[in-house]
Amino acid sequence: MAADMMKKIPVREQEASLRAHNFKEVCLGYNKEEAENEAARCLNCKKPGCVEGCPVSIDIPGFISRIKEDDIEGAYKVLSSASALPAVCGRVCPQETQCEGRCIRGIKGEAVSIGKLERYAADRARELGLKPVRENEENGIRVAVIGSGPAGLTCAGDLARMGYDVTVYEALHKAGGVLVYGIPEFRLPKEEVVEKEIENVKALGVRIITDCIIGRTMTVDDLMDREGYEAVFIGTGAGLPRFMGIPGEQALGVFSANEYLTRTNLMQAYDIDSRTPIMVGRSAVVVGGGNVAMDAARCALRLGSDVHIVYRRSEAELPARAEEVHHAKEEGIIFDLLTNPVEIHTDENGWVSGITCIRMELGEPDASGRRSPVEIPGSEFRIDCDMVIMALGTSPNPLIKQTTKGLEVNRRGGIIISEDDAQTSRDGVFAGGDAVTGAATVILAMGAGKAAARGIDEYLKNKHKND
Amino acid sequence: MFNIVHKEMLSSNIVLFDVEAPLVAKNALPGQFLIVRADERGERIPLTICDNDPVKGTVTLVIQTVGAETQRMADKLNEGDCFADIAGPLGNPSELTDMDEEELKSKKILFIAGGLGTAPVYAQLKWLAGKGVMADCIQGARTKDILILVDEMKAVCGNLYLATDDGSEGIHGNVTTALQKLWDEGKRYDLCIVIGPMIMMKFACILTKELGIRTIVSMNTIMVDGTGMCGACRLLVDGKVRFACVDGPEFDGHLVDFDSALQRARLYATQEGRLLLKYREGESHHGGCGVCKD
Repeated sequence: MAADMMKKIPVREQEASLRAHNFKEVCLGYNKEEAENEAARCLNCKKPGCVEGCPVSIDIPGFISRIKEDDIEGAYKVLSSASALPAVCGRVCPQETQCEGRCIRGIKGEAVSIGKLERYAADRARELGLKPVRENEENGIRVAVIGSGPAGLTCAGDLARMGYDVTVYEALHKAGGVLVYGIPEFRLPKEEVVEKEIENVKALGVRIITDCIIGRTMTVDDLMDREGYEAVFIGTGAGLPRFMGIPGEQALGVFSANEYLTRTNLMQAYDIDSRTPIMVGRSAVVVGGGNVAMDAARCALRLGSDVHIVYRRSEAELPARAEEVHHAKEEGIIFDLLTNPVEIHTDENGWVSGITCIRMELGEPDASGRRSPVEIPGSEFRIDCDMVIMALGTSPNPLIKQTTKGLEVNRRGGIIISEDDAQTSRDGVFAGGDAVTGAATVILAMGAGKAAARGIDEYLKNKHKND
Repeated sequence: MFNIVHKEMLSSNIVLFDVEAPLVAKNALPGQFLIVRADERGERIPLTICDNDPVKGTVTLVIQTVGAETQRMADKLNEGDCFADIAGPLGNPSELTDMDEEELKSKKILFIAGGLGTAPVYAQLKWLAGKGVMADCIQGARTKDILILVDEMKAVCGNLYLATDDGSEGIHGNVTTALQKLWDEGKRYDLCIVIGPMIMMKFACILTKELGIRTIVSMNTIMVDGTGMCGACRLLVDGKVRFACVDGPEFDGHLVDFDSALQRARLYATQEGRLLLKYREGESHHGGCGVCKD
């Protein structure tokens, strides 16, 4: 038993100086003894705050108590009934603001390490070959899911479990959405974790068709009128990267984080056998403070660049998961906070040679409640670099909106849905995830996929009640 | 997997494939493109669509061996083999597809096809011919041997004017020389559609602007996903950032910033060159020159 019940059992990690040069997973996870000791810290509250804090309402004390008893099958049953991707969530959820943020243990000491325990149970279940199970008989009703990212996979998995005949359409050559093109290998291993979780969703009877771009290869109307789907879920994720509109942004060596990450992760450009090229700068500046910025920075570092992160607010406002910021710093990434780029400089051949930034201070809170940054006049300074990666968020992909008549979107291009059942302005068409909210997190997209699955189930039950 | 049903060398460095991709073949319209991947380790390559047969379910791709990846496709893929991935049709169809037949027939349209740009121009001409519209076309290449699909082009256009830089066939000079010649002979057009190497499109646009002919170009930028996610294909049009994959690939040629687009096209040139050298020379290349450390 751990000496100090107030503290988390520390999790083993690859040493910072070593991992800064490879793409192997940073966090090594708990072993059986560590997991059981950490699980023993859970107080099994009558009214568990952690469950309320979880966007997919996992029975957290339930799976933790089974870990305590070394009942992996039981723990996995609890997890897989609420989440299609437990091994993913255990790795990438911002637990500190969700489940662990509500943990009673956190008041006087450290919260129970719920994320690491979820990962432990899901990884052990995978080693044991456990699979999720259908809850209901197959009902033969066909539903199409557009996009195989976290929202789509969750929606598909839940619907399949309820008995629906589900087909997922994916635009890229590989299923997983942001889990394969965005989040790097060192945070979320593709072959061992993502592919296996997707296999589990397929094991529920879900079919996944790749290389099919809904809005181009087929339209939403084709799916409903020609292909015989009775409901459609749109989970197409975030769209095109934003740029700042500053001078020099078209220079050679300026990338969107989406491009840099897609080359690195989906196309595995870090691997000598991959035939997709990627630029490796001597010194890279990543602009932004979210998870995507951290991922791009840490990829560039591993590929061999020195890396600065430039963010216009202060450390407290960094939107990234705390663990990623901590890891990035340990690995030697330099944070230039309260700093904003104003111009990118180029050499005589058009390649990036540096970036001029200006210092910022925090003023009054803005609409988002965060204190808005204000430039300090005359504080410009230059960082020499040969690569700039913009991680400023995205604006929604226009393809489905353009090709689906009557599908309403908001001012920012996000699909408008009803709060009750996630249905769009089109009958039988539902949506969720970044395509609705703009860029958010894996777990929020999963929560949205889950809510839409409930909405679709109600809609189809209602439609078929007189059959 | 996407089966190759026919392969043909159109010249020493240009290869044509007919590939089974039924959904793409059914829905492709002129102006659209594809993303193609040879195998599991391959790069995603954007390619124009030369032809599509909705009945047979095939699309026709024409590939020039400019880098290691396209060289590999030409060398290693044969009839009976498969492309790992064919995704499309991507991008917006040509604005011609929004016009009715009357409007199309009222327009004097000139196509300018440079090199491999002949393939997507053929798709547009064939579509127009199907509507009873026979547009004119200038088809240019460096030399006679690499003028591709000439008979096919003749069958679907009004006047086909060939031009070669070395004078080995047709008009002696490049496509802009040919256009100036036609203009001087009194030919007039309302709309010009130019598809070919970026540098050719740039100079064609400079001339059509002078001549006052509205001009559409198809921008063959660097791409990764091709579906509106990565942003690699960005370019400046009328001073604003646009994405070739979802806003294009066709743009008003007089508004495109060709100089920055030409510059961005060089982004991976050094790496592509090294990969091609490595592919061609295989194990015999040991990097003794000190340039290629990989």
